[in-house]
Amino acid sequence: MAILFLVEIADGKVKKASFEAASYASNYANSVGKEAVGLALGSIDDASLSAIGIYGAKKIIHASNAGFDNFDASAYAKAIAEVATQISADTIIISQTLTGKAVAPVVSARLKAGIVSGAVGLPDADFVVKKAAFSGKAFAYVKVETAVKVVAVVPNSFGAAKGDGTATVEASAIAPAASRVTVKEVSRQTGDVAPLPEAELVVSAGRGMKGPENWGIVEDLATALGATTACSRPVADVHWRPHHEHVGQTGVAIRPNLYIAIGISGAIQHLAGVNQSKCIVVINKDPEAPFFKAADYGIVGDLFEIVPKLTAAVKALKASQH
Amino acid sequence: MKFLVCISLVPDTTTKISFVDNDTKFNNDKVQWILNPYDEWYALVRALELKEANGGNVTVVNVGPAENDQVIRKALAIGADDAIRIDVTGEADSYAIAAEIAAVAKSGGYDMILLGKETISYNGSNLGGMLAELLDLPFVSYASKLDMAGNTASVEREIEGGKEVLSVDVPFVISCAKGMAEARIPNMKGIMSAKTKPLNVVAPQGVGSLTSVVKYELPPAKGACKMISADQPEELIRLLHEEAKQI
Ligand SMILES: Cc1cc2nc3c(=O)[nH]c(=O)nc-3n(C[C@H](O)[C@H](O)[C@H](O)COP(=O)(O)OP(=O)(O)OC[C@H]3O[C@@H](n4cnc5c(N)ncnc54)[C@H](O)[C@@H]3O)c2cc1C
Ligand SMILES: Nc1ncnc2c1ncn2[C@@H]1O[C@H](COP(=O)(O)O)[C@@H](O)[C@H]1O
Repeated sequence: MAILFLVEIADGKVKKASFEAASYASNYANSVGKEAVGLALGSIDDASLSAIGIYGAKKIIHASNAGFDNFDASAYAKAIAEVATQISADTIIISQTLTGKAVAPVVSARLKAGIVSGAVGLPDADFVVKKAAFSGKAFAYVKVETAVKVVAVVPNSFGAAKGDGTATVEASAIAPAASRVTVKEVSRQTGDVAPLPEAELVVSAGRGMKGPENWGIVEDLATALGATTACSRPVADVHWRPHHEHVGQTGVAIRPNLYIAIGISGAIQHLAGVNQSKCIVVINKDPEAPFFKAADYGIVGDLFEIVPKLTAAVKALKASQH
Repeated sequence: MKFLVCISLVPDTTTKISFVDNDTKFNNDKVQWILNPYDEWYALVRALELKEANGGNVTVVNVGPAENDQVIRKALAIGADDAIRIDVTGEADSYAIAAEIAAVAKSGGYDMILLGKETISYNGSNLGGMLAELLDLPFVSYASKLDMAGNTASVEREIEGGKEVLSVDVPFVISCAKGMAEARIPNMKGIMSAKTKPLNVVAPQGVGSLTSVVKYELPPAKGACKMISADQPEELIRLLHEEAKQI
């Protein structure tokens, strides 16, 4: 018996969220005396796959058919279900990236396997899994009653613990089913910082910035920290910032280790997307801003004065560490 | 073109969430139920826009009890032509809901089935993919733009840190996110006509759930926010490093 997890590929590399999926799967596999096996679909070199072994996976099955490079949720789900059956996997772990969110429910229905999506903890002995609900305002404990189970894990909720070891990579001839969806174009931010849902450190700013021309100080702080930038909704609505940066109820929901909110009031719809962050810092000139109630650290003052000083302090800290 | 829009009911965004019966049930007391925002603003309105441009019919479907009818009528007031309510009264998980809708959709000849990206209550993001699989249709998730040329749709969908553009032919299932359309407020004429539009109640197949919620929990209360003087922002960086250990 095995625990199968999905290895996602973006731009020829393993996505960070998949390391966490590997970690989650091998942790759970160890607790029940089974083996964690990954499945990678599409073009990638085997060295990148065997490196996943460091997160506890023993084996990665690689279906390298280039047809998988065109993302189609149904074709992915069919391949996952087929491999799960081949290796008699009773649990399928998929990271809840936007790809994972599309694929996991299709796999669930295909295998008639109960699903917990939004999982933030490991299954217990009765296969009860803690999941986020009510847009971060509560948790639900969901019991899966079927023999085969699907768990979709929230990125950055579990962490990826490094051990040692490499995984063996086994080639699979599985080919994608005829695709009914044709990908025409993929545009993604480039650079080294993690994309938003996977980011551990996020620097976010709102209407308090007064205008897009002022964002340099936010970007400087983010760069100094190695953080990803985000924004509140009104800021994206008026095109001060790109839409994929918008966090909150209508935007991306994130769960970083550190969320720094600059000139954002902390409306309930904004909090819905960020309130699960492990540590929240709020910088706002209004001491009554509701965001302070949800914060761990706060500074009341003018962001235009404070943010450059923070950047300088981060640089000094980093310099002292070298 | 025939559109089917899946609509769910959720507690109003500002509801204070609490639980009863030993934290096993959501506390319905004084809760105002609304249409799930993504279903209403994006899925429904985009279906209406496409119908207005090219002709067709927009049906909304909800799985739930008779108490839902009043909120379902709001979708009719916004402009849907007719509604179906599948009369499920007890607890039902995503799979059970999807299977009920699939049973109705199978014989409906719909060209496009639209859903919200997720419910703001269960945050499952489950239903669209399940429905697509049960009906053997292609599934496109988190769409932020949808245009039709004949039977072919051009869709933009959100991906991590960017977007993907794809094309797909009808029939298909699509889940809708911000960008698809702008919310509409029902006008007087809509509200009046909603009263007489058909709301057909259908008996459920009785498909069982594959999962169940055993317990709910509220997050631990946040400790007090530690305030740092604006004169010493460096202190924040020291605390984030030494105390919070996040940088
Ligand atoms: C149905 C619905 C869904 C929504 N979804 C979202 C969502 O997903 N995400 C989201 O973000 N919003 C969402 N909103 C909007 C939300 O309600 C708020 O309007 C929005 O979050 C406010 O953005 P803001 O904090 O940037 O702006 P504001 O509320 O205008 O706050 C600006 C803040 O900056 C501070 N400030 C100004 N100048 C300075 C300065 N010099 N130094 C320091 N601080 C300063 C002010 O004190 C103020 O607190 C939604 C609203 C609705 C109704
Ligand atoms: N009871 C229901 N009846 C009809 N449609 C529903 C129901 N529950 C959820 N949906 C649809 O499925 C989408 C995703 O729901 P979920 O999988 O719960 O996040 C929602 O945005 C609705 O479009």
